[in-house]
Amino acid sequence: MLKTSPETLVSQLLAGNRRALARTITAVENEIPESVEILKTLYLHTGHAYTVGITGAPGTGKSCLVTSLTQHLRKQNKTVGIIAVDPTSPFTGGAVLGDRFRMRDLAGDHGVFIRSMASRGQLGGLARTTYDVMRVMDAAGFDIIIIETVGAGQNEIEIVKAADTTIVVEAPGLGDDIQAIKAGILEIADILVVNKADSPLVQNTVRALKAMLDLGHRQRVVAHHGQLMAQMDSTGAPEYDFREVPIIQTVAINGQGIPDLADAIDSHRTYLAASGIHQDRQRARLQSELIARLRETLLKNLLAGVPDDQIEGLVEQLMTRDTDPMSAVHTLLNYQVQK
Amino acid sequence: MENRKIRVLIAKPGLDGHDRGAKVIARSLRDAGMEVIYTGLRQTPEMIVEAALQEDVDVIGMSILSGAHMALTPRVIELMRENGLDDVKVIIGGIIPDDDVPALKAMGVSEVFGPGTNTDDIVKHIRTVV
Repeated sequence: MLKTSPETLVSQLLAGNRRALARTITAVENEIPESVEILKTLYLHTGHAYTVGITGAPGTGKSCLVTSLTQHLRKQNKTVGIIAVDPTSPFTGGAVLGDRFRMRDLAGDHGVFIRSMASRGQLGGLARTTYDVMRVMDAAGFDIIIIETVGAGQNEIEIVKAADTTIVVEAPGLGDDIQAIKAGILEIADILVVNKADSPLVQNTVRALKAMLDLGHRQRVVAHHGQLMAQMDSTGAPEYDFREVPIIQTVAINGQGIPDLADAIDSHRTYLAASGIHQDRQRARLQSELIARLRETLLKNLLAGVPDDQIEGLVEQLMTRDTDPMSAVHTLLNYQVQK
Repeated sequence: MENRKIRVLIAKPGLDGHDRGAKVIARSLRDAGMEVIYTGLRQTPEMIVEAALQEDVDVIGMSILSGAHMALTPRVIELMRENGLDDVKVIIGGIIPDDDVPALKAMGVSEVFGPGTNTDDIVKHIRTVV
């Protein structure tokens, strides 16, 4: 339940009230009925923030990296909204959200707003409503929004659907070159960061990542009868200039390498804009969001018009092999979709 | 499809450096299905109230072992008022002399839990007041 009307909340949020922002996020996160109206209004105020996603295995230093990067961005007078996602227990539904604990150095700065989110059963590294919360922060006027995912393994790649620039954080000592050529999380990186670069093992990790990137490069140098020669791989030329994924070494706790990381983000941003990829991606994202929401709404509105016992009856017929699943679907399609 | 969770901020204001109790509470509230924002050691009242505001929590839980509770608590409550967090409940745990409890409650603290408290009682209390 909202204590203030959605209209008041939205106008306070747009006027820069931080309490209203926090409450709006809660409304959206809890998917209360009023959140539909709220998001409708706020959508018209979005599209200005640049979103950076930070993902990687637990313990690689994502939260510390977010902190140092934010401090750097604040020196450039950019305002930063941070969404830090941590896992919800599949057993109790509870969560300990501990990312803020590492972001203590950002306290007291009103140009920064940190919100911890629990994943609430969603797989993929984000919560179901993270994308909507990002829009709320966008409407609130932050220049940069940083999303830190749940500590991710090999397949938590939802972040690419939300972020403009995706940073994958690695740490020395976590895997070899075979880990590095597997499909999954490393593929989504626009920028690779090897954090904890003061570790003596850092060069092994950097080498494995470089080798992985070289294997995917269209033009690679191969040894041929003792001669090094450049060879085109069999894929056709990409339509845009090939962009190398930079590997940045950082030590997040003392800020080493952070200016390089910020530069790499800027250069990726420029590249996205200049190549037109940014617009294309936005369009593709909005289309898939539209279809996903349509699917959800159609299903809900169709089922609303189906009598309760109809589904049970069809299930019984399926049990006794009197009908098959696809015919049952067609029976249900005869009902009117409620508006 | 409403999906509401009780959100609790667990913080240790002041300078004492022992946070096992706070972690035990964070863990039990998690196991009770709540979302716990754990902010850890050496938090100032300003940091605690700002975090509570941003995270839109229902409850602030503070663990204080240093004896500074009569100085830290009023400051937290004053800042909560200034920031419009009047509806957020405050619970305190740690080493709090019985004599101070009535004064703390008069300031607006919802409950004080000393050593040996059953964590279920804390869970029950939070569910009742939220």
